Amino acid sequence: MIRRGTRAWTAGITAIVVSVGVFLVPFVFVILQASKDPADASSLAFSWPQHWQFFANLRAVLQTNDGIIWRAFLNSAILTVTSVTIMVLLAAMAGYVLARRKSRWNALVNFFVLAGLIVPPAVVPTIWVLQRLHLFGTLPGMILIEATFGLSFSILLFRAFVGNIPRELDEAAVLDGAGPFRLFFRVVMPLLRPVVVTVVVVQAVFVFNDFAGPLYFLPGNEHATVQLTLFTFQSQNLSFYNLLYMDILLITIPPLIAYIFSNRQIVAGLTSGAIKG
Amino acid sequence: MSTTKTATPIQAAEVITGTHVPKKRRPIKSYYPRSFFVPTVVLYVVLFAVPSVASFYFSLTRWSLFDSHFIGFDNFVEFFQNPQLYTSFIHTLIYAFITSGSKVIIGFFLAVLLTGSVVGRGYLRAVVFFPVLVSTIGVGFMFKSLLDPFHGMVNAVLGFFGLPQPGWFTDPHLAIYTIAAVDIWKGVGIATLIFMAGIVAIPHEYFEAAKIDGAGPWKILREITIPLSRPATATVIILSLIGGLRSFDIIWATTGGGPGFTSDVIASVIYKEYQAGFYGLSSAGNVVLFLVVTVIMVPLAYVLNRRQVEL
Repeated sequence: MIRRGTRAWTAGITAIVVSVGVFLVPFVFVILQASKDPADASSLAFSWPQHWQFFANLRAVLQTNDGIIWRAFLNSAILTVTSVTIMVLLAAMAGYVLARRKSRWNALVNFFVLAGLIVPPAVVPTIWVLQRLHLFGTLPGMILIEATFGLSFSILLFRAFVGNIPRELDEAAVLDGAGPFRLFFRVVMPLLRPVVVTVVVVQAVFVFNDFAGPLYFLPGNEHATVQLTLFTFQSQNLSFYNLLYMDILLITIPPLIAYIFSNRQIVAGLTSGAIKG
Repeated sequence: MSTTKTATPIQAAEVITGTHVPKKRRPIKSYYPRSFFVPTVVLYVVLFAVPSVASFYFSLTRWSLFDSHFIGFDNFVEFFQNPQLYTSFIHTLIYAFITSGSKVIIGFFLAVLLTGSVVGRGYLRAVVFFPVLVSTIGVGFMFKSLLDPFHGMVNAVLGFFGLPQPGWFTDPHLAIYTIAAVDIWKGVGIATLIFMAGIVAIPHEYFEAAKIDGAGPWKILREITIPLSRPATATVIILSLIGGLRSFDIIWATTGGGPGFTSDVIASVIYKEYQAGFYGLSSAGNVVLFLVVTVIMVPLAYVLNRRQVEL
């Protein structure tokens, strides 16, 4: 018993020491850099700021390029909220029917769902299609793209979860006179809450952090998303590392909040889908 | 399994009301309308399937988005003859296998550690998962500073101990491996999470029985934990390989494919050719990436057992 205790302690202490070096130091570095003056930050040293100017930097970042970051946050917020809403609604409907309705088409549908997960999107032809639809370089176009690219993964999670809800429930609802739409939206959908939370958080973090998507499909400064603002600080103000790091800090906050509030449910939802298969 | 016990609504109604309900109710199957698929299918076809199929045609053309000239396989010949382009193919494979393999191994051992009784478990779980949430571009810039050959903290520490100070992102032989390491740092949290779920799902009796039979921790790991985490392993391998083969953000943020083109992968070549206006060549890159992913993932998914691949 004592031996096991010591082993837990030594393993734990070693892991903590290593984790401080590997994971904590980089994040402390971000905060230190974000608090320095430009000259101090450009030395890139892991050092205590000579002059603390955290809030001055914050103000400077928010004012750069006529406050591009405000617009970027607004764009990212609209993009994330709408695309994830579409994704959840469509994927829940599709995953539900896929889990419930046994038909010989299911194998084909499953194949396409997996293909959507595995196949890398063809970039330039997608731009071509978007141009034809007059959606290229528009926020609605980007929203639909993000929603489409996230569908497969979401459908897989919903399908796995619906498979665990007893069919008897549907039958009881039908017996009480519910039609197909009432059955889904009033009876089944509320039961999907845990997996909805998982899908919302996972996909929201993904869309919010997506860089390649807006890079290709949403060019132009007025449509910049938060990830692209990082490049404005990197290229235009090469000597302003402090502002770059302040920007990194700012755009890390929303995913962090989302995660803190839903930590347990994400793990539960992901694992019910990922492990049981 | 329960089909024999499950009554249809009509039968159930008869039992409950004791009367014969006229059979005008629809069969239960029609309560799961195919129309629920329609919006999904529309989006999937228009924004995913059509471009994917079109990429095969446009990869055979010289293309300006407005008109295209059919030029046969010239783009592919160009892709595999130009060393700037075909090395990206090799880098993609190296990168994907290194990141995926490392995530499996490191993720598994972290999961074993973090599901055991270890001091500071909550803190460790949080800290390992945190990088997953951070913007990939932000992580790339951060490591570019930390691994700066002259001013970076890592080389300062190495120099302090009198160790060599490599140019992590500037040495052509090293750049792609450095990026892979950063990728592992950022992504190992997901692998750990999936493995943790897999290990927790193993019935506790197995471990207890093994202990009673006198198995040591190493033997338990080899005989129970590893084989019984197979579904989780399959998920981790597949997800991390797909991610690794498509990787773009982190490479673009750190080296942009450089120095020269020594850390270019297919995804970054697709972007560069797109930027340069070679849309046909860019689409050819897409087709190559598609083939690479398919050739690797389909047999692998088959081997790793279809049921487990379906997440």
